[in-house]
Amino acid sequence: MAVEIQPERAEPAGGGPAAPEAARPWWMRPGFHIGVIGAVIGYVLGHLLGDFLASGYAQNSLSDSNDVPIVLGYLCATVGWLAGLGVFNDLLRAMAGKPLGDSHQEEGAAEPGLAKYFRFTLDHKVVGIQYLFGMIAYFLTGGLFAMAIRTELLSPAYHIMGPNEYLMVVGEHGTMMMMMMSSVILGPFGQYFAPLLIGSKRMAFPRLEAAGFWLTPAAYIILLSGVLFGGFPTGWTGYEPLATEARQGMDSYYFAFGLMGISMILAGFNMIVTIITHRAPGMRWGRLPMFIWSMFTVSFLQVLSVPVLVGACYMALMDRTFQTAFFTNQLGGSSYLYENLFWFFGHPEVYILALPGFGVISEIVSVFCRKPIFAYRVAAAGMIGVGLLSFFVWQHHLFDSGINPDMRPLFMLTTELISIPTGFIYLVGMGTFWKARIRFSIPMLFALAFYFNFLIGGISGVYLSDVPADVTEHGSFFVMAHFHYTIMGGLIFAFMGGLYYWLPKMTGIKLNETLGKIHFWTMFVFFNSTFLPLFAVGDMGMPRRVFEYARNLETLNDWVSISAFLLGGSMLIFLANVVMSLLFWRERETGNPWQARSLEWQVPSPPPPGNFERVPVVLSSPYEYGVPGAPPVADLNPPPGVIGSAYASAGLAGVEA
Amino acid sequence: MSVPARAAALLAAVAAVVGLGVFVAVYYIGSQSTSLPTVRYTASGGQVNVVLQEDPQNNSSSKPDWVSYYVQDPATRQWVHTTLFSVPKDTRVNVTIYGYDGCTPLRNNYWSQVQGTLGGTVSVQQFKKAGKPLGPARNVSVINSWATCSVAHTFAVPSLGLFVPVASPPISLQNNLCGTSPCTPSSGPYSLEKFSFMAPDHGGVWRWQCLIPCGGGYLDGNSGPMQTLGYMMGEMQVVS
Amino acid sequence: MAAAQNLPAPGPQGHGRAEPRHGLRLFLMWLPMSVAAVAAIWFAWYPHLPPGRMSDAAAGQQFDIAVLSVTAAPVVIGVLLYFVYAIVVWRARPGDDSDGPPIHGHTRIQVWWVLITSAIVMWAFAFGTYELVVPAGAGSGEGPVPIWKLTGTTTPAWAPGTHDMLQVQVIGQQWVWTYRFPQFGGMETTRLDLPEGMPVEFHVTSLDVIHSFWAYQLGVKADANPGVDDVAYATPKQYGSFTVRCNELCGIWHGAMYNYGRVVSPAAFETWAAGVESKERSDGLLAALPPYALVYDPTVIPQLGKQFTKVAGITGANGYYYPGPQAGTTHGDPVSP
Repeated sequence: MAVEIQPERAEPAGGGPAAPEAARPWWMRPGFHIGVIGAVIGYVLGHLLGDFLASGYAQNSLSDSNDVPIVLGYLCATVGWLAGLGVFNDLLRAMAGKPLGDSHQEEGAAEPGLAKYFRFTLDHKVVGIQYLFGMIAYFLTGGLFAMAIRTELLSPAYHIMGPNEYLMVVGEHGTMMMMMMSSVILGPFGQYFAPLLIGSKRMAFPRLEAAGFWLTPAAYIILLSGVLFGGFPTGWTGYEPLATEARQGMDSYYFAFGLMGISMILAGFNMIVTIITHRAPGMRWGRLPMFIWSMFTVSFLQVLSVPVLVGACYMALMDRTFQTAFFTNQLGGSSYLYENLFWFFGHPEVYILALPGFGVISEIVSVFCRKPIFAYRVAAAGMIGVGLLSFFVWQHHLFDSGINPDMRPLFMLTTELISIPTGFIYLVGMGTFWKARIRFSIPMLFALAFYFNFLIGGISGVYLSDVPADVTEHGSFFVMAHFHYTIMGGLIFAFMGGLYYWLPKMTGIKLNETLGKIHFWTMFVFFNSTFLPLFAVGDMGMPRRVFEYARNLETLNDWVSISAFLLGGSMLIFLANVVMSLLFWRERETGNPWQARSLEWQVPSPPPPGNFERVPVVLSSPYEYGVPGAPPVADLNPPPGVIGSAYASAGLAGVEA
Repeated sequence: MSVPARAAALLAAVAAVVGLGVFVAVYYIGSQSTSLPTVRYTASGGQVNVVLQEDPQNNSSSKPDWVSYYVQDPATRQWVHTTLFSVPKDTRVNVTIYGYDGCTPLRNNYWSQVQGTLGGTVSVQQFKKAGKPLGPARNVSVINSWATCSVAHTFAVPSLGLFVPVASPPISLQNNLCGTSPCTPSSGPYSLEKFSFMAPDHGGVWRWQCLIPCGGGYLDGNSGPMQTLGYMMGEMQVVS
Repeated sequence: MAAAQNLPAPGPQGHGRAEPRHGLRLFLMWLPMSVAAVAAIWFAWYPHLPPGRMSDAAAGQQFDIAVLSVTAAPVVIGVLLYFVYAIVVWRARPGDDSDGPPIHGHTRIQVWWVLITSAIVMWAFAFGTYELVVPAGAGSGEGPVPIWKLTGTTTPAWAPGTHDMLQVQVIGQQWVWTYRFPQFGGMETTRLDLPEGMPVEFHVTSLDVIHSFWAYQLGVKADANPGVDDVAYATPKQYGSFTVRCNELCGIWHGAMYNYGRVVSPAAFETWAAGVESKERSDGLLAALPPYALVYDPTVIPQLGKQFTKVAGITGANGYYYPGPQAGTTHGDPVSP
């Protein structure tokens, strides 16, 4: 594959003259620092433009807060940020008919040093690592907000924070988690491992992929900047019409969500095309790793549901800036419209969060039980079923809201039905455990914790899907406990398991075992001790997002708060493990420590730039543990010309070309 | 990476985490409610006299055009731009409110009715300026904001069942409202309202709010000062 | 052993090496635990389950939660038991590096799993629908056109000891609840007293943003949307006090938007309500309130109609329901009529 070395073009913002690439110093090439400069300049320009367009809006329209400059500022800041990173460079070159710049694709991951992680690098492995550190940072930030919430809830009547500060913290925590964690597995592990698992050298659209990542820090900063404006009072759901009356912090919520939505759409689109078109020869659909099935399903969910959210955010911003009335009942709009748009996205969103967890766990369980995945087809059908049904259940968030009453049995049915494909995960897990040889590595511990947590989360979901029970439980801490069990107990535990499992592959360094075990046990114990009592708290009448509650619930709340602080402590142990292992101890692990069969473990750790020397020919399923005489999962050095016979069955594996 | 570089990276990571945590803690825990001053009233003879006023604007630099309540410090007689005050428990609280702001119809005219005061009434007297009353003080139980535009704001402590409409100066005088805050009786027409209620018999914090959405926000008017401590909502602390 | 795709997994036919019958063991462990759990839930826990029995809606929900728990307990026990058994019995012995048996699937187990889970789900759906429909919507807000209603006579005047349905309008505004009783002249109050043993029809609406009326012990939850009338039903069955909380985030004091209500005898209720009505009538408040309607548009104030005009739809800052200040006037000046 010939790579043309082209002199790197000047940045579109009118940077320096065209010069041979090697002569440009690092600080003049597009990268993080130029992105920051671009963002600042963009914000200022956008704000000034907004002031010009809408000066006096606050007085003219009695809105008391001028949102147009802020929204335009965010918009131009994002454009400047992306431009400074060089996201648009190739696009502009192509539009101008010039040859594309050197994409660094071949050297990408092999380029020494850390600078590549701070640039618009097109190697999917670099993007995966970028996502990994980004997601850890976003997660810990959201966790800090959670600590603040639990601090306030220590007492039902004595308030540490003012009511506005409390709502701000609640909203920031919820939005940080729900918005940013959507990509917590698809980003680090999906982007990193999808090509490796399907035998491809790259993702289908590397520029889209990298752009999808670089939108996330922008969304993160914009969401946090809401704090400077007093935050937003609506929680992560952003309900209108309260949002229209909120102050400027609300714009940061909608805008950040919209940005993150665009990132999710790009990532999903990229993933779908990659999985369909870039599978190695022999990687039939029936041999696809479970993780890839989950990525595939999740990507469809993202591509189909997130645009609805982006539309809702856009309409809400219009309501706030240009005073349209999409969601205002007395002006002809409807508050129900927002609820429906949001939850049409919101329900697939929670499956976007949950499904990757299923995928990771399926991978881990098979390796550490040393058995094939039980009922592979059922597992894949489960993922697809969950994904498909997730579009038909969203009204269960609206059971008490005054929707047509005859819709309720229908949505109760669909929501109950979705527990059937979700249950397939348990069938597959339990079947895989049957007569296995279970190895209790740290990833396996997280997988077991996943099954435990998601069981509780899932069963509590059945309670919520039942309309009479939902009358008491909707909007209470029961719901809170339910989704923390499924999302944190499911997704985050799966993320941790995946991290311990895959970090040796990504970096050649493994995380410390002792700290890992301490991390696991503290996280598991304190997670359950934090969220299990919340079912009772909710059923005893405490609504969500309140900072005053009945006195008889104080003991339970204190228990939960103390456990939450300890859970935060376990996250610190996790952070310490990551930092110390990667920076100090650096215990090398370059082989196949888990003796896994899947394709990513057949290449060195970390993988070379093109992943594989040659596109491999896949010979058998990665789950053929215990099958005597099973061929290796792939032939990594197929002789030239063998591609044509690549669809041969496993029996011809030994045929030389 | 060499050991010193790694050590530096580790220290930087720790510092970042700690710094972020401290920032968050300081920012959120040091919130508005603790940075606003609380005016303390002490009892004499089992009674306290709380004096408030509401103005069409305020003297803050960030939001000067927001309507706002002020509380008078009993010791210095100065008007403090806060909405936090404390009273001793189990005392009779005599509230005096100077209403300098113009009228706005109540969204829910139910709040025209005085509730929760001793006797169920308030005493209202209108003044053109200090020393120029426009009639005697009358005890009323309803100030109907829809019959004539006569109510500016309300003072409501929902947990105590205390809901008091605060009268505005009469409509004919509402072109010359007080223009700089804190207003004084010589700076414009005002209504003088007095009522009393019993403070609860145990300590705690009771929120109070205004129920006329006259604040900001494209719709509904419950944003802006209506949702900001120190302006149109506050807290009454009852100390034991 | 041939590398067959489907090895016979659990079942009566054992393997050659006297493999313990795991399936049977698991079943024998699961059965008593499930029976014990079901008995404990039904006999010990059920009477204490939320939300209690203060109204028929709440009692129905309590029964529903009990049945769901009884359905879920064996499932949870089964799955947890299985995993515990698995990690005890099937752990890799130290030094054993071998793989497990290559069981790719087992059609019979898969089919049974799908059948059993589908049956449980359909049972939950059927039972849930029954519990929703029969207690008149189970206390949930049914929107402006409710389907499942309590039987009761809708009359303009309400009398105790009859089949009259009490109409209560719940008005949510930031951040206080008020209640209007159209059968008592449309009087409004901040106190919610209800008569015991007689059907109540709640009409929940809002004057500004979305709130949600949650009377916990009565098992009633209905969202309050501006311009929408959300109807819910309940019949209080026990005396006592209940908590009313706002259940939908409505701004900063959402957490403080609650009050308490009481269930009293029908005679006491009538005395109280009639007393409030006459007091408000004599105060002139009743005439000052807007006429009772199922929804209110706060931008239209009929009493002011002659004097002021309605701004084209906007209830803006400063709450002007009529054209705002002319340019050049200072803030706070109303327009003279």
